[in-house]
Amino acid sequence: MLQADLNIILPEIILSVFAMLALVGAVYTGKDKSAPMLTWVTSALFIVLGAWIAMNGSGDNSAFGGMYSDDAFSRFAKVVILFSAAAVMIMSQEYAARRGMLKFEYPILITLAVVGMMVMVSAGDLMTLYMGLELQSLALYVIAAIRRDSLKATEAGLKYFVLGALSSGLLLYGASLVYGFSGTTLFSGIAQVAHGDHMPLGMLFGLVFMASGFAFKVSAVPFHMWTPDVYEGAPTPVTAFFATAPKVAAMGLFARVMHDAFGGMIGDWQQIVALLSVLSMFLGAIAAIGQCDIKRLMAYSSIAHMGYALIGLATGTEAGISAMLIYMAIYVTMNIGTFAFILSMERDGQPVTSIDSLRLYSRVEPGKAMAVLVLMFSLAGVPPMLGFFAKLGVWQAAIGAGMVWLVVASAVASAIGAFYYLRIVFFMYFGEETEGLNGGKSAMLSGFLIASAAIMLIGVVNLFGIEGPAAAAAATIVH
Amino acid sequence: MANLLSIVTFIPAVAALILAIFLRGEDEAANGRAKLLALVATSVTFLVSLFILAEFDASNPGMQYVEERDWLMGLTYKMGVDGISVLFVMLTTFMMPLVILASWDVKTRVKEYMIAFLLLETLMLGVFMALDLVLFYLFFEAGLIPMFLIIGIWGGANRIYASFKFFLYTFLGSVLMLVAMVMMYVDAGTTDMVALAAHEFSSDNFSVLGITVVGGLQTMMFLAFFASFAVKMPMWPVHTWLPDAHVQAPTAGSVVLAAILLKMGGYGFLRFSLPMFPVGADIMTDLVLWMSVIAIVYTSLVALVQEDMKKLIAYSSVAHMGYVTAGIFVANQQGVDGAIFQMISHGFISGALFLSVGVIYDRMHTREISAYGGLVNRMPAYALIFMFFTMANVGLPGTSGFVGEFLTLMGMFQYNTWIAAIATSGVIFSAAYALWLYRRVVFGDLIKEALKTIEDMTAREKWIMAPLITMTLLLGVYPALVLDIIGPSVENLLHNYHAALGSVADHGSAAVATH
Repeated sequence: MLQADLNIILPEIILSVFAMLALVGAVYTGKDKSAPMLTWVTSALFIVLGAWIAMNGSGDNSAFGGMYSDDAFSRFAKVVILFSAAAVMIMSQEYAARRGMLKFEYPILITLAVVGMMVMVSAGDLMTLYMGLELQSLALYVIAAIRRDSLKATEAGLKYFVLGALSSGLLLYGASLVYGFSGTTLFSGIAQVAHGDHMPLGMLFGLVFMASGFAFKVSAVPFHMWTPDVYEGAPTPVTAFFATAPKVAAMGLFARVMHDAFGGMIGDWQQIVALLSVLSMFLGAIAAIGQCDIKRLMAYSSIAHMGYALIGLATGTEAGISAMLIYMAIYVTMNIGTFAFILSMERDGQPVTSIDSLRLYSRVEPGKAMAVLVLMFSLAGVPPMLGFFAKLGVWQAAIGAGMVWLVVASAVASAIGAFYYLRIVFFMYFGEETEGLNGGKSAMLSGFLIASAAIMLIGVVNLFGIEGPAAAAAATIVH
Repeated sequence: MANLLSIVTFIPAVAALILAIFLRGEDEAANGRAKLLALVATSVTFLVSLFILAEFDASNPGMQYVEERDWLMGLTYKMGVDGISVLFVMLTTFMMPLVILASWDVKTRVKEYMIAFLLLETLMLGVFMALDLVLFYLFFEAGLIPMFLIIGIWGGANRIYASFKFFLYTFLGSVLMLVAMVMMYVDAGTTDMVALAAHEFSSDNFSVLGITVVGGLQTMMFLAFFASFAVKMPMWPVHTWLPDAHVQAPTAGSVVLAAILLKMGGYGFLRFSLPMFPVGADIMTDLVLWMSVIAIVYTSLVALVQEDMKKLIAYSSVAHMGYVTAGIFVANQQGVDGAIFQMISHGFISGALFLSVGVIYDRMHTREISAYGGLVNRMPAYALIFMFFTMANVGLPGTSGFVGEFLTLMGMFQYNTWIAAIATSGVIFSAAYALWLYRRVVFGDLIKEALKTIEDMTAREKWIMAPLITMTLLLGVYPALVLDIIGPSVENLLHNYHAALGSVADHGSAAVATH
């Protein structure tokens, strides 16, 4: 019995053991000198595990009496998390090495965060949920403040920690209420209580608190305040990581809890999620207009994108979850490309993040400018880029669920939001010549940028076949 | 050939890809190669597209050359043409080589310029051929990207404002259309446009926020599509992006905008609004007609006081598009035939007018009417050609402009004499602004110092005009060339439209009777 359970969580065990061994090994050997090698090994391990989960995982297994589930949904999320974490690590390692922030703790902390995320998306119990969430969050707090000598980065780390701790507190309070009124921490047990007319009122309170906690983690409005500051303050590789894998994990966890545990009260949480979604889309679209810093702009952009992805969750249907998963996969791919570009933005060897510095970038680097153009239009949701199909998917699900108003609202928000993506294109192509970017000719970053742009275009043919797995994943959690 | 339509559509895109990947360098020779490749690609596209016309069976009102493949998210990649769309396809392939030739003197970023135009051609062709809702939307919307860049990079002094306005205006219009498209998909379970035209969308009244929507779902969807097509058309009062975009766009950009992009709105009305939402269209007919008439009169008056030549022609385009929308929505054979004819003919005439402005703009670098005068003294050939197209724009019998206006007006008379009477006054206004423009630019004494050395049109410029003159005359004296092709499809469209309205009316009276 135990053996079967351990078999199910084997990927997580491998990663945890690897993280601990690496920690001990690095401390006793080269310390920071071993960091580049460690980064590569960690990334390779992520990719291997991701491929292994994608190819070998099958069936609907649960371990430890239902506390941990390994199903199509968790596998889909894990593959996206592992691949995106590996991509971010590979592309940021050169940047980090040159800025002297490639400490050996960096890959190890990311590994631990990734383990936390994998636990989150597999959670079948409130305890597992909280353990995964905290493992992830604690690792992320440290990563955010990894540049101890930088005031801005430390501030970002502290802000993230304080607000993150608050949100964890909210979530924990909600979880305790839910436990109190249902008498169990298992999702399946909660689901048996949380439905119908005789549901205790405290359950609803618990649900709202938990939803607030999740909203913090996915940075949905009105719980988004930390995002712009942390994105701007943290070193760019860290920001790139924050914008990708943790978002997928948080979104996956949100969807899983809402459906696995509270699937019987869709009508109650649907409105909350829909409201979060509308607010996020509009705030993300409007607040980004005035931004001059591209990292801050991407923070608002990610808030808006979480709003669109939440439409999928708000529908409460299988099609909605499937659309949400596809949305997240496409979103992560776009963001990896965009951050590869931001990492390569530098002038005289110093990183710059002001949008101004992009003026007439298309003259300096026509190929890369073209790739950024594709990504920006994709982020704005203009066809034929994949960003459009991501939006189309969630809209289709929402209209199928009868939420036309939500779709109309998001259509208006996306037209407003298109402005700031256009602004970047405007600076790159139409701006006046000033002292622009130079340097930053890393082949690795250009490769990621161009590959991501190419995926946005070529994916139009068949979405690289992720529709099937996404649908299968959605089918496992929607009952 | 089974994939003829796809081949025609994607030849320019492939050429653009070749340019983007293989052409290096910014020197004269590289620019020359870019121009040559673009010209060859667009010409080949035109030649291949002639096969579509050659084998086209005009008596068949259905879709021809249909291609269908499965695509992602339950959509299909489906292309096809019928009598309504085939001529727009031909118009596009016909105009593009001329557009490339007209941009022969572009000096900055030639390679990117050619890539933008080639991609634009693919996307425009796709709009007219797509038979799947989302595929249509994809082409329709993606066309904004190259046009945004064309205006923004190669445009005039105020190009940034114009490009943003162009993009955001049309984008907002079309996202609402996308919402309606998704609703149609959910409602009918298919994105096949042929099947959707046969699908009967609910027209039962319902209420939103306490307001009863007459015609229900059909009216809502009609309005959503209307938001997009009216902006694209453009109809008064959402036409304000067009003068800005035209003035700031480079000559070739203006030509494409006027000759082809504006036609997408009218095409959309014919492909979506009338066949798919007959009840909604019927309810909105009067509103649309009055908007069209206001457009004709109001924008003609606005054109009269313009000081910028391109702006004047832009406003005249809005007025001419007013005839098109009026012709479409009166929903009779003459009206719709005339609307399509007017769109094709306006493609040639307005394209040529923008090229004419381009000719003197290239020499003097100003579009101010007051900067010119007496050009006939030094530019006789130009004066003749410009005269011809001015007359065609006014609708002189013998040119294609006359046929389109006459047919649409005839259609309007059958529907409502008042509307027709007011619209007819637009013909007089158009004579006023066009002839006055011509007088101020071409006639009079050549007193401006700067104009005294101006050269007449070069051979290249004349050769660009030649095919346009030919087509304008040919369609003017022998309109059957167009009308024979569009006739059966239009007849079929109108038959279905009135049949659908009739059956809904029957249901309605039956429902009243049972109560």
